[in-house]
Amino acid sequence: MKTHALVIDYKYCTGCHSCELACRQEKQIASQDEWGIKLAEFGPEKLAGEWYWNYVAVPSSLCDLCESRLAEGKKPACVHHCLAKCMEAVPLAEVPTRLAELGDGVAVFMP
Amino acid sequence: MDAEWKKEVGDLIRVRTCGWSPPGDHPVGCGMFIYTDKDGNFVKVEGDPDHPISQGRLCPRCLAMGEFLNSPDRIKYPMKRARADRGKDTWERITWDEALDILEREVKKIWEEYGPETIYLFQGTGREATLYAPPMAQACFKTPNCSFSMSGGSCYGPRTVVADFLLGAGYPELDYAAYFPDRYDDPRYEVPKYIILWGKSPLQSNPDGFYGHAIIDLMKRGSKLIVIDPRLTWLASRAAFHIQLRPGTDAAVGLAMLNVVLTEDLYDHEFCENWVFGVEELAERVADKTPEWAEDITWVPAEVIRGAARAFATNAPSSIMWGLAIDTQQNGAQAGQSLLALAAICGYMDVPGGITLSLPSSFMGRWRFETAQYVDPETMAKRIDAKEDHPAYACGPFAHPDEVLTVMETEEPYAFHMAYFYATNPISPTVYAEPERWYNALMKMDFNAAQDCFMTPTIMGLCDLVLPVSGFAEHDGVVLPHFGRNTHFLGAMNAAIDPGEAKSDIEIDMIVGKRLNPEAWPWETAEEFFNAQIRTQYDWDFNDLRDMGVFQQNFEYRKYEKGMLRPDSEPGFNTPTGMIEVCSSIYDDFGEDELPYFMEPAMSPYSTPDVAEEYPLVLTTGGRDFVSFHSEHRQIPSLRNVTPDPLVTINPATARALGINAGDYVCIENPLGKCVERARISNEVPERVVHATHGWWYPEEEGEAPNLFGTWKSNVNKLIPMYKVGKLGYGAPYKNVLCKIYKVDGYEAGNSNPAEYEPPASRGPESMTKGAPAPLSYEVKHQGE
Ligand code: SF4
Ligand code: SF4
Ligand code: SF4
Repeated sequence: MKTHALVIDYKYCTGCHSCELACRQEKQIASQDEWGIKLAEFGPEKLAGEWYWNYVAVPSSLCDLCESRLAEGKKPACVHHCLAKCMEAVPLAEVPTRLAELGDGVAVFMP
Repeated sequence: MDAEWKKEVGDLIRVRTCGWSPPGDHPVGCGMFIYTDKDGNFVKVEGDPDHPISQGRLCPRCLAMGEFLNSPDRIKYPMKRARADRGKDTWERITWDEALDILEREVKKIWEEYGPETIYLFQGTGREATLYAPPMAQACFKTPNCSFSMSGGSCYGPRTVVADFLLGAGYPELDYAAYFPDRYDDPRYEVPKYIILWGKSPLQSNPDGFYGHAIIDLMKRGSKLIVIDPRLTWLASRAAFHIQLRPGTDAAVGLAMLNVVLTEDLYDHEFCENWVFGVEELAERVADKTPEWAEDITWVPAEVIRGAARAFATNAPSSIMWGLAIDTQQNGAQAGQSLLALAAICGYMDVPGGITLSLPSSFMGRWRFETAQYVDPETMAKRIDAKEDHPAYACGPFAHPDEVLTVMETEEPYAFHMAYFYATNPISPTVYAEPERWYNALMKMDFNAAQDCFMTPTIMGLCDLVLPVSGFAEHDGVVLPHFGRNTHFLGAMNAAIDPGEAKSDIEIDMIVGKRLNPEAWPWETAEEFFNAQIRTQYDWDFNDLRDMGVFQQNFEYRKYEKGMLRPDSEPGFNTPTGMIEVCSSIYDDFGEDELPYFMEPAMSPYSTPDVAEEYPLVLTTGGRDFVSFHSEHRQIPSLRNVTPDPLVTINPATARALGINAGDYVCIENPLGKCVERARISNEVPERVVHATHGWWYPEEEGEAPNLFGTWKSNVNKLIPMYKVGKLGYGAPYKNVLCKIYKVDGYEAGNSNPAEYEPPASRGPESMTKGAPAPLSYEVKHQGE
């Protein structure tokens, strides 16, 4: 049972791919066909007159939320390296509070 | 930061370092720990959370470090090849001694038979080489002929020269509290209200050492954006104002913004009275340059320009970042002048949350130019620097690439005999415009050599000797953001991995220098060299820097009030008038208009309507990617996997009209040449503009000539003309020519063979290739003017 969720404040996600590469190194994913986390993209499209363009990094079944790093008191590798600082591993009980603080454009994953 | 830069952590050894490149990008100096096992093998890299700028973050290029270090494609030892075998994979491993013997013998032979000026050094961009390449030319080969060789020196040089002339200061940079240990929380700091990103995409490019994602840090703290870019970048999609201009019309946007600020009286009178020269003349020049005037030229709705100008001028402090697009146009010096004028009259220079200024050059950034003393004055006078056509350029430190190509071809006033490629792969679409012309000219050289970390198309095609360069994880060094021109910190680079036979750029300079010109190279080790550089300003050494990790330099705002920008310590700016010159007091001497003006790009829907009939789309190039640095990183599997192909971005409506679908192979063609990229259909570009990525070659393909790793297939620089530069000699249309696009079967349709290349006498508007060195007439103005 996971103790944390991966919270992504995706309105700030720039699509930089650091999470993908950080995860590949951390989890030693050798095959280029496999990903621990991968970006999805929507846009740029005009929605109701405004540009909409967002990336969301989606963790896969290979993601264990960096259990061993969390156990050592470290951030998950993707969170640690995220250039936009828009990823967090949040203890489950604190997720609703954190969501309220972050406002719109946020995703929560329990991979 | 941790007090120990090297320590054992469990079974591993951890070395702290600051990144530059190779591999990587500009001198950003992100903090990181490199872990090795006890045998010295790379295990992993992790960002250092205590680094004041990067704070633990790393971009994909550094996160793929292990793949770079262990790449089977690395050049691991010096190699030679017979001159007759250029283009063939007949490289032979040799020792460093033999390599140095060959280099010494060839250079001395050329010195004696033809003179040192017949050696040319091509410098790459961004990497540590930016500091160490000019000294190789001047203090090793004793030649004055050296440059970064985009047409018109179209990268960084134009901006720094305009800043030198008008501002008398080093690179003007967005204030992102980079000088302060507590960063944004420092009480002296203010968050900029608006940030203009002008022709700049800093998230991907980390330009010149600016930390790109600082923009995100600032957006979270409330900064709003004004993006001036033909592309709807991700940042533009979040901007308060997006000025989506036709490529190459930046000066018209600038003039119109000045018109709004000056006619609506939104400027800082007190600052202007004390510190700005020529405001009245400027006001007169822009009086009729209304946003409506600019709308016809730039395709930007007048109200967007007006709104942006008002928001910028009435929200102090605000700031501007100027990007490469200012350099890559003939009219760029004027775009830059109007941009600096805008920031100056609003009073945003060197104030908290505005634009930081600094002294023009320091440390290795200054030393590299001082090595010019090792060039004999008579030889220096023979530098090919366009002094007749572009005297302003000839005041600068470099040879003029456009004139150099003409000289290489015509052999007048003299023939070149040797070329040295220093961390550059210019025939791949990064540097040279009309790359096939360059390739053929360089084939004539008696001897060509290079230093790099991978076998590139340039080396495979042209060189007779190659020296292996170590990556930054494999050597000691000092990171110098902005190359010493506005350097918020010095970062210690500590070797974590055994480089084998590879050496750093400065180490190669030193061993070559000791053979050819020992008086210029008194240091025995890189460490001694860095000690000497640091001691030009501080009383500590490289080893102290290792312990500190990062040394943030002291910073004072409003240096112009305190006599800190001029060598005579008087208040003011280091210009002839002592003020920021929005109307230049020196341009007249160079035959240049003292005030900013707009000029159409050499090839555009308005300057060449006949060409536009067949080639109706405006082609812009060079937008960057997170997973590569120009032509680097194509052979790094995890990075290539993210962006496997060169991409031409096409608006959905344009693609539909031409029957092009996402992923299709698309030929991009104009009167100068053609290339093939794959279609990316996106609203990022408007209907009349396409954007093509640069730097593409295919390390996995056949390396031997004529294929040369496929470097001619997706070579967008074949569509860019040489010698269409501005009056000051700077700026060329890399990002604003015309093209047509159509679907093809594969990359092969873009291929060409330089052996069959014949520059036609005239093609395109006037002669785009063979014409007289005199650039396109400056009188070409827009109809609306
Ligand atoms: S939490 Fe760890 S395993 Fe999961 S995506 Fe991030 S780096 Fe990969
Ligand atoms: S590292 Fe962060 S900013 Fe970059 S793509 Fe992943 S979530 Fe987005
Ligand atoms: S900006 Fe990217 S490539 Fe450059 S040092 Fe930082 S992490 Fe490395």
